[in-house]
Amino acid sequence: MHLPHFLRVTRIIMSPVVQLLVKRLSISIIVLIGVSMLIFTIARIIPGDPARIALGPNATAEQVANLRDKLHLDEPIYIQYAKFVSDFAHGDLGISLYTNRPVTTDIAQFLPATLELVFVAGIFMIGFGIPLGILSARYRGRVADNIIRVVSLLGVSAPSFVWAVILMLLFAFFLPLFPIAGQISDTLPVPPRITGFLLIDSLLAGDFKVFASAAHHIVLPAFALALSGIGQAARLTRANMVETYDKPYIEMAQSYGFPEKRIANRYAFRPSLIPSLTIIGLDFAAMLGNAFLVEAVYAWPGLSRYGVQVILRKDLNAIVGTVLVISATFLVVNIIVDLLIAFINPRIRYAGRS
Amino acid sequence: MRRVMWILLSNPLSVIGLLLVGTVIFSAVFADFIAPFPSHRGAVVDFSNFNQPPHWPNIFGTDLVGRDLFSRILFAYRISLMLGVVVLAIAVPIGVTVGLAAGYLGGWVEFALMRLTDVFLSIPPLVLAMSVMGLLEPTLTNGMLAVTTMWWPWYARLVYNITRSESQEGYVLAAEIIGASRLHIMFREILPNCVPSIVTKMTLDLGFVILIASSLSFLGLGVQAPTPDLGSMVAEGGNYLPDSWWLTVFPSLAILIAVFGFNLLGDALRQILGGDT
Amino acid sequence: MSKPILSIDDLKLTFKIYGNQVDVLHGISLHIAHGEKVALVGESGSGKSVTARIILGLLQELTAARISGSLQFEGVDLEKLSRRDRRALRGTRMSMIFQDPTSSLNPVYPINTQFYDVLRRGNAKISVKDARMRALSLLEDVSIPEPERVLDSYSFQMSGGMNQRVMIAMALANEPSLLIADEPGTALDVTVQAQTLHLMRDLVERRGTSVLFISHNLGVVREFADRVYVIYRGRIVEQAPTRELFHNPGHAYTKALMAAVPRITGGGIPDLPADNKHFEDPMVDRFREDVQ
Repeated sequence: MHLPHFLRVTRIIMSPVVQLLVKRLSISIIVLIGVSMLIFTIARIIPGDPARIALGPNATAEQVANLRDKLHLDEPIYIQYAKFVSDFAHGDLGISLYTNRPVTTDIAQFLPATLELVFVAGIFMIGFGIPLGILSARYRGRVADNIIRVVSLLGVSAPSFVWAVILMLLFAFFLPLFPIAGQISDTLPVPPRITGFLLIDSLLAGDFKVFASAAHHIVLPAFALALSGIGQAARLTRANMVETYDKPYIEMAQSYGFPEKRIANRYAFRPSLIPSLTIIGLDFAAMLGNAFLVEAVYAWPGLSRYGVQVILRKDLNAIVGTVLVISATFLVVNIIVDLLIAFINPRIRYAGRS
Repeated sequence: MRRVMWILLSNPLSVIGLLLVGTVIFSAVFADFIAPFPSHRGAVVDFSNFNQPPHWPNIFGTDLVGRDLFSRILFAYRISLMLGVVVLAIAVPIGVTVGLAAGYLGGWVEFALMRLTDVFLSIPPLVLAMSVMGLLEPTLTNGMLAVTTMWWPWYARLVYNITRSESQEGYVLAAEIIGASRLHIMFREILPNCVPSIVTKMTLDLGFVILIASSLSFLGLGVQAPTPDLGSMVAEGGNYLPDSWWLTVFPSLAILIAVFGFNLLGDALRQILGGDT
Repeated sequence: MSKPILSIDDLKLTFKIYGNQVDVLHGISLHIAHGEKVALVGESGSGKSVTARIILGLLQELTAARISGSLQFEGVDLEKLSRRDRRALRGTRMSMIFQDPTSSLNPVYPINTQFYDVLRRGNAKISVKDARMRALSLLEDVSIPEPERVLDSYSFQMSGGMNQRVMIAMALANEPSLLIADEPGTALDVTVQAQTLHLMRDLVERRGTSVLFISHNLGVVREFADRVYVIYRGRIVEQAPTRELFHNPGHAYTKALMAAVPRITGGGIPDLPADNKHFEDPMVDRFREDVQ
């Protein structure tokens, strides 16, 4: 009676997907430790006294010494790192010298707006990029394919601030379809902060006017951010699908006269999605960085201004904290991508069973 | 080689790519002779002619202190290209060596090197470059250093993947049997098989280095004034939209054209040489 | 004798690549009667597989391919049909079995899904449940012991022989009048190949399906085919009933090909010269019945 149940539980625990998750999580933790050591080291081997820079030229030597003491700057670097790790374990990333607030508070305030922008851009990237790639592969060598290829190559050929500026000129100034900047109209009340994501908070508050305004404001910056991702996703999907089109199972599907649309959308697309997804995950990471550029153009209240300011001021705790949080977000996205791949790739799902 | 040229010239897109890249390189090299106002690359001020829309002889207009935008863009190309070449000249050998060693030697070398590569790859490229750049002084040399730190891991990963599959090939086994040294196998047997992929990626990357470098300077973390730089030009002009549109539009298009050219050429090379990037 | 199921007349194929012209087929003619099993034999690169793909209409989709000649299938001129009508024949009136069964099945869908798509070619309105029932009985026909389990499996979970049986079941699912088998089972080991070939022969004989059997393996051809065409560099050099061909090969190339079969009894692998002016001799035709 107990044994079969026990067996079933171990089977779930030992299932390939769970094994994969455990493996990925542990690698991610190793990588995250590596990231923290890397950025911690870079932040401390730089020339110049961070305490002096933070306090400005008018501070007394005593004030500087106090701050150095507070930041443990006079101790060996491994002791500093150990202190950092033990603080981090308690959810403490230290005090920002720029805002004089805990770094965690700062990040909690600015990160949601950035994530919101990146997520919407991610939806654009997948929602436009993959279908364009499928079309391009299906009509490979023909006019539609060539147009899509040139357009997606243009997409990846400019940094997102260039697209941000061009889109703003075209669709906010020349054709005033979208607002020029900001996250929401100044005249509207900001809904109570629950998740920090304006689109979600406004819905939770039941305020559809605010939601509409927020959605209206996010279109241009998210699209500017997504453009290179759209191009990349389209190119990747096309390349992998064209490769798949040479596989015997596609010829077999064609020899049975399956409709071209079904061959493209199912037989060729799904096997080629597996290698595409990994790279799409990496592009998501790139968007976390590129968000800095787009936010600067559209005065988006995200991490960008904070990030640039703390870097310019050599605000050690804030730099380490910001980079760490961004990397952690990226690693989480990659784990999700890996699980998605496991879900669509039966070879992983059924590994070890036959 | 003749076949390569023939295929390149038979595809209109790669011809456009060649033309764009040729134009960009030509104007970077001969900026001194082409630019109508070569002195405007530096700290020149002409308040009688500042912030003017395109007109003769300032075909792209003038900036906020009256310098000729066209001349400044030509000199900005020179600096961007130089930066790209230097970054790749440092990043590629490092990445290739790491990738070869990890892929061929395996074991703990592979684990250590590839986890190190993962660490670099899991910080979004721009954020890593920003951090390095911000912590150092924003100079051209440091800019190169910052971009290099984020660039080598991509080559490490590329070469690692190829090396892993090539290591299984018969010719590697044959070299091992006759007792060739590991260094010989890595650099003389496996490396030549990575070259097409590396060349293709380098062509594409010349464009992307320009792109990343301009992003850094757009955020104020790049080359400092008065050195002309496409990213900082866009950032400066952004405050004067939409009235002084030429301040942003021309430098933006300059970036787009250069990167697009390298991408077209890289794409064509990828199709001819094969190889994944 | 009745009208042939398939007759090909003076079929030519040229590829245009980077301004170069490559002639692949120099005008081949062949025909297959109702219920007849015909083999097309030749070394790799001789034009066997492209012929199969032209019959199915797959090669016509390539812009680099220039095709001329006439193809009659069940009394209809295939080249006069629209793309759409040609496609309607595929998977219904004619179907194909490929060289490597495992890589010819899509790795991300279970057999069930692919079988459903195949059966929908024959009956667009078939329900998922009916399709499953039909697939089960077809899998039983090819002597698959646990059809339920096979339907829910992926190609990579099964042996090559099992996948080959699945391919045969799919190919015959919609009762085609012509089955094209392109080097079937060459990727399998010899005993499994023999088993599945016997199975395929029994099934097509019972159903009266015509077969175009493409192979480089004379031993297999001898077992399977009623009549043989020998193809060399895009030309048919000899055709004869199987027994006659093996008993008394007429063309220089056929003789060389037969001598090239390695024998267990020793002598190693005989040489097949890469070039021999006699290989270009005119065609030896020993087909006696008048098809028309």
